[in-house]
Order: sequence, then C-alpha cells, then structure tokens
Amino acid sequence: MTVHLQTETEKVRAALAIAASRQFGAPAADLAAIEGLARQSGGASRQTWSFDAVVNSRREALILRRDPPTSGKTERERSVAIDRATEFHVLRAAHRAGVRAPEPLFELTAEDGLGEAYVMRRIEGTAIARKLLRDPPYAGAREKIASQLGEIAAAIHATDPATLPPLARREAADHIAGLRGSLDAMGLAQPVFELALGWLDRRKPSPLTRPVLVHGDYRTGNYLADETGVTAILDWELAHLGDPLEDLGWLCVKSWRFGAIDRPAAGFGTREQLWAAYERAGGGTVDRARAHWWEVFGTVHWGVICLTQAFKHLSGSIRSMEHAAIGRRAVEAEVDLLQLLKAA
Amino acid sequence: MAQDRPTAAELLNAVIDFLREEATPSLDHSDAGLGFQMRVAANALAILEREGRLGPAADAREHERLVKLLGHDGTLDELNRELARQLREGQRDERDGALMAHLEATVADKIAIANPKWK
Repeated sequence: MTVHLQTETEKVRAALAIAASRQFGAPAADLAAIEGLARQSGGASRQTWSFDAVVNSRREALILRRDPPTSGKTERERSVAIDRATEFHVLRAAHRAGVRAPEPLFELTAEDGLGEAYVMRRIEGTAIARKLLRDPPYAGAREKIASQLGEIAAAIHATDPATLPPLARREAADHIAGLRGSLDAMGLAQPVFELALGWLDRRKPSPLTRPVLVHGDYRTGNYLADETGVTAILDWELAHLGDPLEDLGWLCVKSWRFGAIDRPAAGFGTREQLWAAYERAGGGTVDRARAHWWEVFGTVHWGVICLTQAFKHLSGSIRSMEHAAIGRRAVEAEVDLLQLLKAA
Repeated sequence: MAQDRPTAAELLNAVIDFLREEATPSLDHSDAGLGFQMRVAANALAILEREGRLGPAADAREHERLVKLLGHDGTLDELNRELARQLREGQRDERDGALMAHLEATVADKIAIANPKWK
C-alpha cells in the first residue's frame, strides 16, 4: 500500500511540476519545484491535494482538485455531480461575482495525465466543525458565521447565469423523484422517508421563473473559517440551477449542527439571523414556509445519503467501515423528520 | 450448551472499553485519521451491543403494531414494504393518527439502539 501511494504521489508531483511551470512561466531548464505535496482527508470519492509550487523564487500556495481514475460513485451521484471542468467554470463565475471562494487558476490538460483536474489558490482556515464549534480561537467567529453564510449565499445566488457553464436545472419535483429513485434502486422500504416525501410532494413549491445558481452542498464542513469567520466556500461539485432556498434549508439540517442542536443555522445561529443577513445582502425576501419545505427536504435527503453511503460498501464499490456504519445514522433523519412534520 | 461468562454483551463491552480507553488515545497521538476510524469502530460495536439487548423486543413490538395497522399478518419486511407502498401511493399520510403513533414508537426504538443521545 505504501509503495502504491508513493508511486501515486510521485506521479502527481511530476505532472504538477510541468503544469505549474507552464502556468507560471518557469524557464525550460528550471522546472517549478513542488513542495509539501499531500493528499487531504475528506472528499472520499474525489481527490484534493495541497501543495506549494516554487517558480522563479516565488511561492504559490495551491490546491489540486482531481478525479481518481476509478471512483465508486453510485448511479445517482454520477447523475448529479458535475465534472471537474464544469466545477472549474462554476467556481470562476462565482469568484468573479465576488463570492468568498478559492480563486481557480488553471485546468490540467489530457497530456498532464492526471485525469480531470484543476488547480486553485489555497486559502487559510479550517473546515473542521468540531474545532469551529468548540475551540477557543474561534469564539469571535462563532458569533458571525450564521450571518456571514447568509450574506455569502445571497452572493452565490446573485451570480449572473450568463457567466455559468451549462448546468442541470433541478426543481422540487426532480429532487423528490431522485430520492424515491434512490430508495427503489437500493430496494428499501422506508416508511418514515416515504411519509416525508409524500408530505413534500403535496406541498412542493412552484418552479421559479428565474432559477439561480445553487451551491448544492452548502453546510458546515464545506467552508473554511478562521478567527474572523468564513474565508471560503468549498465543494462546488453539486452546483446546479434551482431554488435559492434549497441552500438555506440544507444549511439548517440538524446533522450540520454537529451537536449544537439549539443553533439551527449551521450550528452557529438562529434561522432568523441567517434569513435576515440573506435579505440584507440582497437575497430577496425569504418565504418562511418555502424555507421550511427545503429544510424538510434536506433532512430526507441526508437520510437517503446515509443509506446510499452504506450501500456503496454493501455493493463492494467502496469497502469501508465508515461507509457501512453511516447507514445506521439514517434513523437520526427519521427522528428529525417526525419532529419537523409535527412543527409544520 | 451455554457459553461461559462473559456473556456476549459483557464481552462486547470489554472490547468497546478497550478500544475507547486504550487504543483510541494511543492512535490519536500516532495517526489522527486512524483514531477517528477507531471511534467509528467502537461506536459500531456499541450499536451491536444495544441491538443484542434491545433489538428482539423492539422488532416484536414493531411487528405487532404493523399487523394491527395493516389488518393482516406477514413478515416484518413484507409489512414494512406494504406500508411504504401505501405511503408512496398516497393511501396514508401524516393525518393518520394510528400511523403516526406507530412511526413514533418504531423510530424511538430504532434510535435507542443506533444513537440514544440523538435529540
């Protein structure tokens, strides 16, 4: 295993040296030096590598996003996750629109031999929920994060659609059909999820005349923050066009509070703080019933994701104790759904 | 023939305590990623310990409620499939008090095994 990883790291290093030299204009005789190259944890199915490129005595702090050659994606994931090239162009449009996100720099080519991949600037901060929620250095940040996430969501949703690459448009009805399809594909009978999907189906919001850029996985764990609060929104691979309240509802799903259950907005604030910041930043009036609908939807979605992760292990596509164990978290979503439907 | 002590639950608890109190702290020092995996493993064993203790009675209660709710007998899997189908087809919904009482009780029993701390 160690030998295999070593080979993989050296292959990535060699390809990055050539690509970074091309991008940053290194002289042919003096290739860019790739330092501190390390695979980062998180993002099980798609790779993220951290490294510095030293070119002409200048040090560039960078991140490589890359799809592994064989990844254990389910049919549903394959159908909703965007490819790396699309992700690069979404990130570029959002970054240029002023969204706090890493600046994408360049795409790798087929000749570089790393598969679908691009490089972006590395931003300081941590994405680890446990640290952000409990460690002393982040006490000040904790007061701000809910509002900052509302403001940044408004900026994401305001990205000019004309600057975006082609993206799938997904309405409430598509999402409901997707989750029912996932349950059917796994052959599972889940009365509580069916109850919630029926509730959602009968109340689904009408399609928007002007769908917006939706991040698609907007939650604690998918942004970086430091002592000042949020520094960058990460993980754009589920971006699509749709209802902006999808992002705000997902952010309030109980699992993303990481134990801080009395602070619904990402574990840091109230829903009202989140919505007020979103409205102040020009996101438009938040329809409360519609926001609740998306939180209920997000909760079913999370429950189905737990089962889907377990089935990756059970099907043999990814052999992983962690994937297997997460199947037993689906019932947490069932508990949350029964609470949410009572509150409705 | 009965097995000697420890019982299954006692042996599982001994393993869980070892993983949590000795193996995990040591791994946290040497390899944080493996330390995390070890926590997942210990939690999974704790689920199995609770399932061994609480699972059979919980399954029996769920089965009894489903027979009453659906009006006929069947395996737990068959009855849940029928209920899921009725919900998918809109024959039942959240206004059905007997249904909601059944789901509340079932989910309470499930979470008591999977994660009793979940609120």
